[in-house]
Amino acid sequence: MSKMDAVYGKAKDNYTARLKTKSAILFVWFVILTLICLFPIYILLVNSTRTTTDISNGISFIPSTHLGENFKSVSGPDFRLNYRAMFGYKNSLIITVSSCFLTVFFSALTAYGIHVYDFKLKEISYTAILLVMMVPMQVTSAGFLSFMSKIHLTNTYWPLILPAIAAPAVVYFMRSYMKSSFPLDIVEAARIDGCTEFRTFVSIAIPMMKPAIAVQAIFAFIASWNNFYTPNMILISVDTKKKTLPMMINALQSSDVLNDYGAVYLAIAMSIVPIIIAYVALSRFIIAGVALGGVKE
Amino acid sequence: MASAAQSRIKSISYAKYGYIFIAPFFIVYLFFQLWPLINTFIVGFKGNADTGIDTFVGLANYKDILFGNPDKPFSTAQTVHESFFRCLGNTVILWIGNFIPQIVLSLSLAVWFTEANLKIPGKEFFKIVMYLPNILTAASVAVLFVQLCGQSETNPGAINSLLNKIGIVKTIEGGKVDPIKFIDGIWPSRGVVMFIQTWMWFGNTMIMLMSGIQGINPSLFEAASIDGATSGQVFRKITLPLLTPIMAYTLVTSMIGGLQMFDIPYLYNKDGTVKDHLETIAALIYKYFHVSDLSKSKIGYSGAASVLLFFITLALGLLSFYITRDKDEIAKKKQRKKIAKQLKQESKQFGGFSI
Repeated sequence: MSKMDAVYGKAKDNYTARLKTKSAILFVWFVILTLICLFPIYILLVNSTRTTTDISNGISFIPSTHLGENFKSVSGPDFRLNYRAMFGYKNSLIITVSSCFLTVFFSALTAYGIHVYDFKLKEISYTAILLVMMVPMQVTSAGFLSFMSKIHLTNTYWPLILPAIAAPAVVYFMRSYMKSSFPLDIVEAARIDGCTEFRTFVSIAIPMMKPAIAVQAIFAFIASWNNFYTPNMILISVDTKKKTLPMMINALQSSDVLNDYGAVYLAIAMSIVPIIIAYVALSRFIIAGVALGGVKE
Repeated sequence: MASAAQSRIKSISYAKYGYIFIAPFFIVYLFFQLWPLINTFIVGFKGNADTGIDTFVGLANYKDILFGNPDKPFSTAQTVHESFFRCLGNTVILWIGNFIPQIVLSLSLAVWFTEANLKIPGKEFFKIVMYLPNILTAASVAVLFVQLCGQSETNPGAINSLLNKIGIVKTIEGGKVDPIKFIDGIWPSRGVVMFIQTWMWFGNTMIMLMSGIQGINPSLFEAASIDGATSGQVFRKITLPLLTPIMAYTLVTSMIGGLQMFDIPYLYNKDGTVKDHLETIAALIYKYFHVSDLSKSKIGYSGAASVLLFFITLALGLLSFYITRDKDEIAKKKQRKKIAKQLKQESKQFGGFSI
């Protein structure tokens, strides 16, 4: 008996020991990856508190005390030509909030229309939505720009906001969500109680779809906030005051202030930090949302 | 009475609400996306600034882009031809250089994160941090890396000073750093762009693959571990084959995304003009139509290049679906057909009686 114990005990110890070593090695590897992920962002934050001379002299991991000075030069006359943070925040927010609202509202409406009602073109229209999901924006942009300039919508915000109504991928996501968690009996019940169709959608369907709407709203917000391609294409010749934040960052590159390293770092940090804060607050929803998107068949 | 009321209720049709509810989507889609797509095709058949943007030129733009004008090396046609293929090459190089490390990294991480018997603390935290780069503004990230990789005499940049501290980059006379040319050098700058793309996207791919692995029936993994399979065997014989559909999806989306690669290579420079060795197809198309006065642009070339990009995307999508299709399923189908045929023949041999 004792011999068997010894043998099995040894085998078991061996197994656990192997697992423990593997876990430890992987833990170290994950920590290294985490450091690589955070390194550029950390250096960005540290350098936005250092002076230009300090930055040119080398790297440092300890924050300095010159944040105020850098902020003064970012809001000073040299930067004002290309970079005005407050206007950038305002313009980006106007475009982002309205297009985000339009995306979730009309995608939910479209998904609801396809899910709840029976009509002849139901299946065809859903297939059409699935088909156009993969057409990339870059392919249509030449035609988009020439069309927009023909109807004189370039240099306005409309071409940046209105197309948000047609978001095929979001419709697809909402339809899948409705299939699994929106029973049609509720619509019947609302009809019997004398509720109009639109009101059923607004006061019954939308509250029931809150989780799906929240996830899609977050993604629509991030995508629109980070968008540089479309705004830079449509707002061809506008004043700095009307540009979005990513456009201002781009404008910094061809200007003389690029050599004022501390201030440039601060300018970049000001465009990135709000979205990092939002991410930290909402990270759980975001990770869950990405995972849901991955189970597409 | 009752039957009359019933028949009246039955006659109420809600179909019209279906049309009303989906109408806004389709109106906006037609106006802002479908018509621009068709318009891109039309624009591709029209002239550029030199011939007038409203004249119909047929396939001339396509001819210039695909074949150029080898007799006149500095003509517009030849320049356009050369830049198109240079940019196509750049796009492919940059995509491959970011996809391979990205898929290796994400796949291994996804497997390790989902392995139940490994006890690693803080898995949730690692996931959150690894996804973080994906939500950052690409334009800002590009400019940030320009700053981090700075390489002038006076500013070696954070990366070069770090490498100097480790001892990879040498110090030259006067205590100055002899920097690696991360911005002007062809391969170093491509390397940085590939790194940024991988850095931004591996977290996203990892989470998608993880949800794919979690969708695999756990009893398969249990059976394998009871049979004494090593983790390498489990990966090769269970995880990888069952993950094929999601891998195909990742490959296709990454390819389509790679062909559209724009923000990072377009903005990774110091003076506001795109580097020749970083210019992608999307950046070329953009350059041709992005001018303050549309009548001075090369919008015809831009439209034609867009159409070519559209067909390349389509072909790649179809090809990768063909390559990664479920071979077992197809083989099984063939086998079933064969068996059915045999049975039919056998039954004929016995005069139509099946035994």
